Amino acid sequence: MTVGGPAIGPRAPGALESVASSTATTRRPRRRFGSPWAWVVFIIGVTYFIVPLIATFEFSMRKKPAFSAYSDALTNPGFWSSLGYSFIVGVITVVLSIALIVPTAYWVRLRVPRLRPLVELVTLLPFVIPPVVLVFGLIRAYSRPPLPFTYTDIGSTALLVFAYIVLSLPYMYRSIDAGLRAMDIRTLTEAAQSLGAGWFTIIVKIILPNLRVALLSGAFLSLAIVIGEFTVAAYLVRPAFGPFLNLLGGSRSYEAAAVSLISFGLTWLAMIAISIVGRGSRTRITLAGAR
Amino acid sequence: MTFLELTGVQKHFGDVAAVLDFNLAAERGEFVSFLGPSGCGKTTTLRMIAGFEIPTAGRITVDGADITRKPPNQRNVGMVFQSYALFPNLTVADNIGFGLKVRGKSSADIRKRVDELLGMINLPDRGNRYPYQLSGGQQQRVALARALAIEPQVLLLDEPLSALDAKIRITLRKEIRAIQRQLGITTVYVTHDQEEALSLSDRVVVMSDGRIEQIGTPFEIYNYPSTTFVASFVGTLNLVDAGVVDAGTGRLSLAGQEVRTAQPVTSAATGDRVTLAVRPEGIDLGEGPEGRNRLRGQVEDINFLGSIVRLRLALGGTADGSAPTTLALDTFNEPHLTLPAVGEQITVSFPPEACFVLGATGGHVAPTPDFAAMEDGATA
Repeated sequence: MTVGGPAIGPRAPGALESVASSTATTRRPRRRFGSPWAWVVFIIGVTYFIVPLIATFEFSMRKKPAFSAYSDALTNPGFWSSLGYSFIVGVITVVLSIALIVPTAYWVRLRVPRLRPLVELVTLLPFVIPPVVLVFGLIRAYSRPPLPFTYTDIGSTALLVFAYIVLSLPYMYRSIDAGLRAMDIRTLTEAAQSLGAGWFTIIVKIILPNLRVALLSGAFLSLAIVIGEFTVAAYLVRPAFGPFLNLLGGSRSYEAAAVSLISFGLTWLAMIAISIVGRGSRTRITLAGAR
Repeated sequence: MTFLELTGVQKHFGDVAAVLDFNLAAERGEFVSFLGPSGCGKTTTLRMIAGFEIPTAGRITVDGADITRKPPNQRNVGMVFQSYALFPNLTVADNIGFGLKVRGKSSADIRKRVDELLGMINLPDRGNRYPYQLSGGQQQRVALARALAIEPQVLLLDEPLSALDAKIRITLRKEIRAIQRQLGITTVYVTHDQEEALSLSDRVVVMSDGRIEQIGTPFEIYNYPSTTFVASFVGTLNLVDAGVVDAGTGRLSLAGQEVRTAQPVTSAATGDRVTLAVRPEGIDLGEGPEGRNRLRGQVEDINFLGSIVRLRLALGGTADGSAPTTLALDTFNEPHLTLPAVGEQITVSFPPEACFVLGATGGHVAPTPDFAAMEDGATA
């Protein structure tokens, strides 16, 4: 018996030729325009997406002269103040969400991966619990001592931010988790530790910069939710964009349609910004394997 | 003087014992490799030195200081990973300077050290590149420079060449050894590649199932394996069944032919069956000079392996009618080499020192040879 050493065997004559010829015969010609079924599905999808927009636009244009619904909406002082308020609340929500979720998701992936299903379940709860239940719970809990948040404007706004953090949890957590999955956080962490870095340095200098695209995705999704949200803002009596839109729809339906399209356009601009930032990203996670 | 010392180190993951009773004393500037198959505990041991795992029992000291329970970021230990682990958001220069920045060094000091290391790894003009713009070999060089930048007391390398192609692996292997010698840094290298371990190391620690099988120089490990595992794991080996004719004089019977060992057989008694081990390159074609073991057999197969030719020889059946004993022998492939034909009866020979007996139950080779004397002899 001989152990170790390379296993040697004769190469079948013509083996390479047979592989090459079989590859040539099995290669399918590439369709330039894809399959017809793919086009059918694509057209149905586009129709489903575009028709309501066209209808909304058509409705907004019924107010004469042309585009007056848009100019009226944009000159309405409530539009900019409510949009500004919602935007600031949205930014605070995003910052606090990142501060809360990045270390949590990082720690779960690094140290307690067995708890991931449980954490995912918790982050999905906002899909199960309606916002109206959430806001009533918040009002009941925080409208009396020892934590009377609703007694002041700042307190109510803080409560609104907390509610929005909960509502945006599924989107933010999933974006961050997907970003963490794309890099070998264990090895990067260990590499940083071996170089003397502590936890704060690792998260700020290594993890966060490599999560840039994931954070932007989560941030814009959260921002879109916050800007359009009505229930919580209305019950907490906050001057947010959602209640403004609702108020406008009750009295000036053409302007409401115009504002819907404007907010839709702003959301799309945000999405385009994500794609531009993502494409310009200099960071690529290529761990292991020679190029 | 001992610089890195592991004493009675153990690691258990629940009920699973990953490392058992690991003892090692490495000198300052020594290059030690942990060699073994997957799951033998070599990486776990390395991770315990790095501080990523805390030993269940035992003690780890560096230069006399106990670091067993010190957090990894407070040990002055540099680590190179199989997957490079370069920070994708930082340039090559920033990657190399990361550890120095964490230590609060000035920008000028960092720049000077980074330039010095970029020169050492032969990438002086790549400082502004990002890791993804480099090849695998270049990335691993940067990872090495990054680990060396902090001037660690101990350098740890966890299968650093596994993800690279064969040619780059050999080049980088030489570079790693040259840099290690130049800096005189105590280095622990984990690998499952015996060629890597044997060619790089001052000493090799062969591990199996969480235990140390043997610690020795590459010469000792290859030529005088102390256990069946080491004998079978390192290099190519003929393991053949033989009967002990006279344990005191080391006389054995192999397929009805007599074989002598250089040492008396102590792991088995006269009349026992044992496993005889002999490396293919230890066997020569022809009868050779007087005093060598000579065996006759029929050429079964001839394989060209590039620089060597491997012949398989059937020595004939055993007394109980079982399958014939097959022996492999390697000879250098030279243009004027005359090879026998398949089916031809030939004589091969090997010195008694080329064979050793593994116990009937796979025990230790005994007695342990005087390595120093043998190495001197080999050099002479």
